Amino acid sequence: MAERIPPDSQFDNLNGRSVVTLDDVSTSQISYLLRKARFISNHLPEVSQAAAGKILATLFYEPSTRTRLSFETAMLRLGGHVIGFSSAQNASVSKGESISDTVKTVSNYADVVAIRHPKEGAALVAAHAASIPVINAGDGGHMHPTQTLADLATLQSRFGRITDLTVGLCGDLTFGRTVHSLIETLCRFGNVRFILISPKELRTPQYVLDRITASESCSYEEVSDLTSVIGDLDALYMTRVQKERFFNEDDYLRLRDTYILDMEKLALAKPTMAVLHPLPRVTEISTDVDNDPRAAYFEQVRNGMLMRMALMSSVVGITLPGFAEDRPQEVQA
Amino acid sequence: MMEVTSISEGIIIDHVPAGTALKVLNYLRIDPTTASIALIMNTTSNRYGSKDIIKIQNAPDVDLDVLGLIAPNATVDIVKDSRIVAKKRPRLPQKVTNVLSCVNPRCVTSTEHGIDQIFRLTNPETGEYRCLYCDEAAEL
Ligand SMILES: [Zn+2]
Repeated sequence: MAERIPPDSQFDNLNGRSVVTLDDVSTSQISYLLRKARFISNHLPEVSQAAAGKILATLFYEPSTRTRLSFETAMLRLGGHVIGFSSAQNASVSKGESISDTVKTVSNYADVVAIRHPKEGAALVAAHAASIPVINAGDGGHMHPTQTLADLATLQSRFGRITDLTVGLCGDLTFGRTVHSLIETLCRFGNVRFILISPKELRTPQYVLDRITASESCSYEEVSDLTSVIGDLDALYMTRVQKERFFNEDDYLRLRDTYILDMEKLALAKPTMAVLHPLPRVTEISTDVDNDPRAAYFEQVRNGMLMRMALMSSVVGITLPGFAEDRPQEVQA
Repeated sequence: MMEVTSISEGIIIDHVPAGTALKVLNYLRIDPTTASIALIMNTTSNRYGSKDIIKIQNAPDVDLDVLGLIAPNATVDIVKDSRIVAKKRPRLPQKVTNVLSCVNPRCVTSTEHGIDQIFRLTNPETGEYRCLYCDEAAEL
């Protein structure tokens, strides 16, 4: 039975909106997107023509095949079409056209833009210039909101919730922006205990720790040893420890193995733990973990596509057949 | 330079942090080589121990937002007919446009021409400003 939507949600509409960071999306909108993605997952044939006639422009100023394929597949699976470019070389930008001018041009062709650019803040420039919704598909390691939506959807599908969880984040916690974005977004929902597992060289920045402290219901613990805490975790988010982050080779080699997840370490984890990773993986998760039911990182890829379908259908303002737009806020797994 | 003690028409910016008067003038885009200005630097202040005072004869309106950014504790006295007729206090502006430049080389403002340099107030307690585009902290 449908509950009443809260009074503020009448203004809470993503239609026509750009998403540059997840700060542009309220928690009730995120919950709505999680619910919508779950619906899409179970009704792919029914939604396959929902965006017929709509066009997505993928403006990728640097190659990111993984993200571009996800956006493009998401639009194709809604029955829409795709135009765009996949690197700056084959775009008019090589002739020096500004982002603003390119986006103003593309606004005449398409209904929604997904932009990837090596410069931080490029997606905001695009959103200001465009007359159609712009979705940030990564701006130079600054923001990547749909990655975080994929992470949240994976927690949601595994646990039926994104609160009341103990979430371990492991590896490079200094430079890993996907990790910071996930922490900040989970803090908005509350009731998460973070276990931050990293070498001392790659600890979580103070502003992210401050964000956790500012959330009354969230807490954190910083440790350097994965094996000592893995048994406490509901979810383990792995990231890559990159060689170039270290001052010398010895430190890197000494630390690298500590932050590799293999079957031996996984044996210490709860049987229900979920292992997440933003991919691409290099060596930080050994391949024999892939067959363990706790491995959730390929599901995460599917969830990324589903969330992009949910988000794009919302910002272009199409309705999905059979999906109840104003049903209650909470989502089911 | 004029006599330090008095101006007849103009403004007095008081409680400027000691040693920063020239920087403040620079941010306010007031050229000390052409404007009629008296600077009193590193004088004693009851409130802050040491301060600068800037007096500007026939001053145009100062941009209180810019002053708030660089010297939030300063005060502005408006002088007419050698009398102070009004006192103003700057405030921390929510946003400053084309006053500061982003120093982050990875920021889109370093390559995209024709866009404004915009900084937003991210922490009113510390007066911290960050680039609207890349979130880099402002260097004042
Ligand atoms: Zn910047």
